[in-house]
Amino acid sequence: MRVEESKNISDQIISRRRGAIRIEGFIVKWVFFACAMISILTTTGILFTLIYQATSFFNEISIWEFLTGTRWTPILKPRSYGVLPLVSGTLLVTLIAALVALPTGLMTAIFLSEYAPDKLRRVVKPVLEVLAGIPTVVYGYFALTFVTPLLQTVFEGLIVFNALSAGLVMGVMIIPMVSSLSEDAMMAVPRNLREGAYALGATRYEVSIKIVVPAALSGIIAAFILAISRAIGETMLVTIAAGATPSLSFNPMESVQTMTAYIVQLSLGEAPVGSLEYNTIFAVGLVLFAMTFVMNLLGFWIVRRFRESY
Amino acid sequence: MASELRPISDQLRRRRTYRRVLGGIFYGLFLASVCVGIVGLVVLLYEVLSNGLPWMNWQFITDYPSRHPEEAGLFSALMGTMWLMAMTALFTVPVGVGAAIYLEEYAPRNILTRVIEINVANLAGVPSIVYGLLGLALFVTWFQLGRSILAGSMTLSLLVLPIVIISSREAIRAVPDSYRQAAYAMGADQWQVIKQVILPSAAPGILTGTILAMSRAIGEAAPVIAISALVYLTYVPAHPMDRFTVLPIQIYNWIARPQDEFRGLAAAGIIVLLVILLTMNAIAVFLRNRYQVRSEE
Repeated sequence: MRVEESKNISDQIISRRRGAIRIEGFIVKWVFFACAMISILTTTGILFTLIYQATSFFNEISIWEFLTGTRWTPILKPRSYGVLPLVSGTLLVTLIAALVALPTGLMTAIFLSEYAPDKLRRVVKPVLEVLAGIPTVVYGYFALTFVTPLLQTVFEGLIVFNALSAGLVMGVMIIPMVSSLSEDAMMAVPRNLREGAYALGATRYEVSIKIVVPAALSGIIAAFILAISRAIGETMLVTIAAGATPSLSFNPMESVQTMTAYIVQLSLGEAPVGSLEYNTIFAVGLVLFAMTFVMNLLGFWIVRRFRESY
Repeated sequence: MASELRPISDQLRRRRTYRRVLGGIFYGLFLASVCVGIVGLVVLLYEVLSNGLPWMNWQFITDYPSRHPEEAGLFSALMGTMWLMAMTALFTVPVGVGAAIYLEEYAPRNILTRVIEINVANLAGVPSIVYGLLGLALFVTWFQLGRSILAGSMTLSLLVLPIVIISSREAIRAVPDSYRQAAYAMGADQWQVIKQVILPSAAPGILTGTILAMSRAIGEAAPVIAISALVYLTYVPAHPMDRFTVLPIQIYNWIARPQDEFRGLAAAGIIVLLVILLTMNAIAVFLRNRYQVRSEE
């Protein structure tokens, strides 16, 4: 009797405990699901706030004027709200950075993946990682206090704030991004492709350029696109070194203002919430977000779509 | 016969020399490219150290900002950074690890899961200033948190969340499947397996990823400017709803002034920032190495 009773009780305890565990597990699962959904909410939140605030801007200024206007003077009279000078400023700095970073980053990746002995690679890679981890404010300081004076000794009459200095330093800044993604793509190229080429008498340079780079091309292009998108969104470096003069000119010696630098310039002054100036930063932010979003999607799509499977 | 072949072999020899020279030239170019990044880093560090070290002293750490460069310090910015980082970690770690557990352990293979995965990857590429705009509209204005530490840390949490999710997923994926199977065989249910087996063995990897994410957050100036604007603080924030400033903004503030003395202060501030970053990265590397050694045993 006693034995059976106690067995009954322990069965009850176990089954009650099991039920508790099951309920706990059920709750926990949905809590984790909610955590994962926060990332979706973030994207939705970004889209919603940018579009919502930009809409109240476009109620006063027509989208057409915003997108095609060639003067950007939202704080100075006569006020004018054409975003093109900010876009051209952004593209100019990005172009200079790309001219530095894409070839240098690609060649760095070729060296690390095809030439460098293991020991050297183990030293160089962390150094490049350090380069990628330095705050962008520091690069701004470097551009303004070192690179600009250096450029001024070469180009006489170069003004303090100019697109060239900011672009060059930004180029060095995004080298690690280009090189590490490209290197990953090259390392994924199977050994037997290389060995086949060597067996036919190809030199190391020929194997690198004619076999490995073409085989890794989709990864390399994706690296280029993601690095350019990063350059478009880069903020503090251009705020510090490129200046605050919205200008349509494509002259790298001149001062320009990028979209990001404009947002910072206005944010520094605490524009009153709901004012037209306050809303301009969201309209500009929307253009910035759209440009980088499209490039990022394109980059990921290329990686997935054209990944060679060996 | 032999004389007929000679011209061809001469041509071949010339071609081979050409290919060798070309290879040599490109080898030089590749090597030079590697040097661009390394030389850039060395020059940058030298420039910062040579300008900043003369301004480094104990007072610089413990003083408040001032119009007189000799008396200026970054205490309020340093404390603001500490506050911001602590609160950001508080928000980011549970949510990031939770999302990673869901995606690795629970998520069914369906469209929603794919969308979440692509979305996380995409969020990692959104410019940081855009997060600042999100925080400004959402947390500062609509939630009426004001330009506070709370609003700032929630914004930075969203910014570094993708990094924590991605690195935590890698850490969880690295836990051997045999651990899971053994725990299930003992009668554990899914949550018990996660809580008692997977999380403890993934913890070092998760911690490493979190530290790296925090070191990204600590250097961010742009989104914090959008939240906190440029504020002149001569007190240490004492409450999450207080206004604040952080190291990168203080550094930017000094860079933006025309006088040379403030450039020196900016360089000294950069040294402090880099020392903090270096320490955090060293801890992360230490943890990673220790963890790797143990899992190989």
